[in-house]
Amino acid sequence: MDSFPFELVSPEKLLISEDVQHVVVPGVEGEFGVLAHHAPFMSVLKPGVVKVYKTEGGEPQKLFVRGGFADVNPKGLTILADEATPLDQLDASRIDVLIADAQEDVVEAKTDDERLKAEIRLSHFRQLKAVHG
Amino acid sequence: MASLKELRNRIASVKATQKITKAMQMVAAAKLRRAQLAAEAARPFAQRMERVLSNLATSLKDAPGAPLLLSGTGSQQRHLLVVATAERGLCGGFNSSISRLARDRANKLLAEGKDVQFLCVGRKGADVLRRQFGPRIREVIELGANKQVGYADAEAIAAKVLALYQAGEFDVATLFFSSFRSVISQVPTAQQIVPAEIPAVEAGAEATGGAIYEYEPSEEEILEDLLPKNVAIQIFKGLLENAASEQGARMSAMDSATRNAGEMIKKLTLNYNRTRQAQITKELIEIISGAEAL
Repeated sequence: MDSFPFELVSPEKLLISEDVQHVVVPGVEGEFGVLAHHAPFMSVLKPGVVKVYKTEGGEPQKLFVRGGFADVNPKGLTILADEATPLDQLDASRIDVLIADAQEDVVEAKTDDERLKAEIRLSHFRQLKAVHG
Repeated sequence: MASLKELRNRIASVKATQKITKAMQMVAAAKLRRAQLAAEAARPFAQRMERVLSNLATSLKDAPGAPLLLSGTGSQQRHLLVVATAERGLCGGFNSSISRLARDRANKLLAEGKDVQFLCVGRKGADVLRRQFGPRIREVIELGANKQVGYADAEAIAAKVLALYQAGEFDVATLFFSSFRSVISQVPTAQQIVPAEIPAVEAGAEATGGAIYEYEPSEEEILEDLLPKNVAIQIFKGLLENAASEQGARMSAMDSATRNAGEMIKKLTLNYNRTRQAQITKELIEIISGAEAL
């Protein structure tokens, strides 16, 4: 299996920069896996978990991202995350805080469009809590 | 001439001041290092963001219905000046040079008959600007004095700016901060953040290898998602630069304060010794002339 360069950056720092075999990314329209030689592709991320496989079939490294943006190009995969934390360091209360925030947004939304977006966000966080909380 | 006791007291007090400034300088040096590390750590994200944005923006800029954040409102009439300064003083010309730049810009815009509003980040700049532009200050956002700036702070400020923009309160937003060159040089800088100034893509789309990108969701939606983030990133970058500049400025200010205190102590000590000698001499003369009189 070929490997490819992968970078995960949050605004505060560069979290991962190394060659990996396989990355599973929570895209806003569904999870997708990236292998070497993936076609150029850009996607917005939903809040979820990025799984990084350094070796095929090995244990993945899991990181929580609070939304962001993935850019697949011939040079590799770059994820620009709004906030990224290794899953084992993630505090369960952090998700609760995000859920509370999203709930507030739903209540405060002024237009239907805003409310829809906030509700989608809320449902993502709830899913996340159900799986990992 | 001051009495010996007075001189002793003054020397002691200047020494105490020197200890404080020395300590502040060392604290600033340590904080500066941390601030520089934070600024460096934030660089990769900003760079990649810029690359992606410039790719997208150049292809969509002239398209009809381009997002407002990119194309602007088509007017230049109302300006929002986001002035980022420190929460604390004692850092040389740091706060005043940023506020001066913002004030000059505001005066120029007002002279051109344009409308100006302020959003102050950090108390010190607000204190200066309030004197002249009191009613024009929309809000003062305070950052905790000792805390390191996080992305969340920048996001909160960006959210306020964007809310005002969406409400049609201004046409152009400019961020004022101090960019960090070195410990002795910080340059106050003005940067336009709304509408976004996107640098043109470097010649040839070599980054993509000429391949065609697929977008999920559509290009427009991605761009709409990215532009507000870009505002937050630009503000975050400004705040980090500011944090480093503030500590740098404080360090050099405290360094010269320490040195000045040292000089003052030297002068006072000389003065003290002279006075002491003069007094001894005087006492001797008194004794001798007393003995002679016998």
